[in-house]
Amino acid sequence: MKRTLPMILTFLVGMIVILSEFIPHFPFSKINSTLESWYLIISGFAMLLGLISLVRVNSSKVASKEENWQYYLAGLISLFTMVIFGLLWGMQETAGLLGHGESIQNWLGKKPFDYLFDNAYLHLSATMFSLLAFFIASAAYRAFIIRSFESNLLMISAIIVILGRTSFGTMLTSWLPQRLYFLQMSYMTDFIMKYPNTAAQRAIMISAALGIFGSSLRIIIGIERSYLGSDK
Amino acid sequence: MKYMILFIVLFACIFPLQASSAFQAIDNAWDDGTALILKWELPGDSLRIAISQIDESGIATLIHESLDLSSEFKVTELEPNKDYRFSLTTYALSSGDSLIYQTMGKPTQQWFYMHKLALLLLFLLIAIAVLYNIYVARRGKELFIRRINGLDSMEEAIGRATEKGKPILFVPGIGDLDDIQTIASLTILSHLAHRAAEYNSEVIVPCRFSMVLSAAREVVKEAYLRAGKPDSYRENNIFYMTDDQFGYVAGIDGIMLREQPAANFFLGTFYAESLILAETGFSTGAIQTSGTANAHQLPFFVVSCDYTLIGEELFAASAYLSRDPQQLGSLKGHDFGKALFIVLIIIGVVLEMFGIGFLRQFLSIG
Repeated sequence: MKRTLPMILTFLVGMIVILSEFIPHFPFSKINSTLESWYLIISGFAMLLGLISLVRVNSSKVASKEENWQYYLAGLISLFTMVIFGLLWGMQETAGLLGHGESIQNWLGKKPFDYLFDNAYLHLSATMFSLLAFFIASAAYRAFIIRSFESNLLMISAIIVILGRTSFGTMLTSWLPQRLYFLQMSYMTDFIMKYPNTAAQRAIMISAALGIFGSSLRIIIGIERSYLGSDK
Repeated sequence: MKYMILFIVLFACIFPLQASSAFQAIDNAWDDGTALILKWELPGDSLRIAISQIDESGIATLIHESLDLSSEFKVTELEPNKDYRFSLTTYALSSGDSLIYQTMGKPTQQWFYMHKLALLLLFLLIAIAVLYNIYVARRGKELFIRRINGLDSMEEAIGRATEKGKPILFVPGIGDLDDIQTIASLTILSHLAHRAAEYNSEVIVPCRFSMVLSAAREVVKEAYLRAGKPDSYRENNIFYMTDDQFGYVAGIDGIMLREQPAANFFLGTFYAESLILAETGFSTGAIQTSGTANAHQLPFFVVSCDYTLIGEELFAASAYLSRDPQQLGSLKGHDFGKALFIVLIIIGVVLEMFGIGFLRQFLSIG
């Protein structure tokens, strides 16, 4: 029963969703949005599970003084600070249990939750994102090392695209006569991006779509069951 | 009464209100009853057309302006089976008067999206091919499936983690449970956790969403049960981290640097964080396997990971790893789909070269 009921539900819901893709009439027209609402309600309850997991995992590491336990403590303090500030004084236009906290707002310029969000969280998030620039450089260096014919092609294409996207690259080939326009850096860049690059991406997208199709069909008809925890 | 009739006649002369075929509201065919098509065909001396929607209290709201004497306009976001009133105002040069036309229409729901006919046919063809191959596989026919290096490497990765006594890190992507890539990722996690349990290796699964957390816990727990080692299952190794994209990345980077996992698996939906994760993992020297259907992130994974599952390989993983004939049969159905698309692309290109747009129009869904 533990396996059968979810499988029956999966089959029914899967078939209904497929039908609703082709039938515009009520009730099929409302099914997708209704199911999405149900999903949101369930995930709202599941959020509590996540919070419990977060507190339990981190507090057990702090309690047993595991290596680097200070980081886990910092995580817990951050979590509770935001929760408490949000509950007491709310955020943006929403009031908290103690109202809008006008006196604190006069002192900080914002509500405590918004203050921490704007001055701590956003900057930390931006810092992580900005790491990408450095990682792209190191990854590109490895990718462009010429080891084979393919990596040679990759490097040549990359140089053309990188130069073609800059004014310097355009300037390099701007002296070419109009009849040799196809040798201009900007033209070659657009050509690479528009044709070989798009063709390869579409091929991947088509194959992925077929993969999604097959995977969904296996799940709907109950052949694929490992997402339920067991394939037996 | 005399004055009343005189007033109506005079009003009709000044504002000739016409509910004629010059302005019509027609139900948009084969849709969900949320659109009407307004069509007009006006005399040649009309200038600048303004179309308004009139609500129940008679207030008109301008919805479209045009200079075309004969054209149509699609009104969307309407409610099905409800009467709607529209007016068209124009200025006739010959009479020197404004002309007002009024019409009514009711959008109705249909039982089939005709513009999705091609999609339905393709869906049925591929579904039949998949089901037929599953049937053939059930009858015991040997099916050839090409090797997928990224999946064959799973044993190598688990073996290495066991030798080094280090954990395995499995990242199920940043998608929620309603994302098919996350489901595919969890099916791979099931196989991985089973093998890891057999080798007594530890699997760490940080999750971005609570729904993924509960599903991942169930999957890993069942895998340990299947391996006959329920006592080795540690619930705290599968944990929720944060909903925030870069907070999640920072947390995983921290795990990679502190715990130094011997093998990293990044399978599922990934966006900007893909390279940050893969490069950090690369710097720790872990053997890395990645897989996603997000085409834009694949180059980053290819560069930084030892093995990459590209597009459909992620979805084929469960069938490939389980070696279940029925599931392998469904993979053959994919191949039919690919062949069908190749044929359609070639025919389409040839037809377009000869200026025949039939196939393109038929296959256009929008």
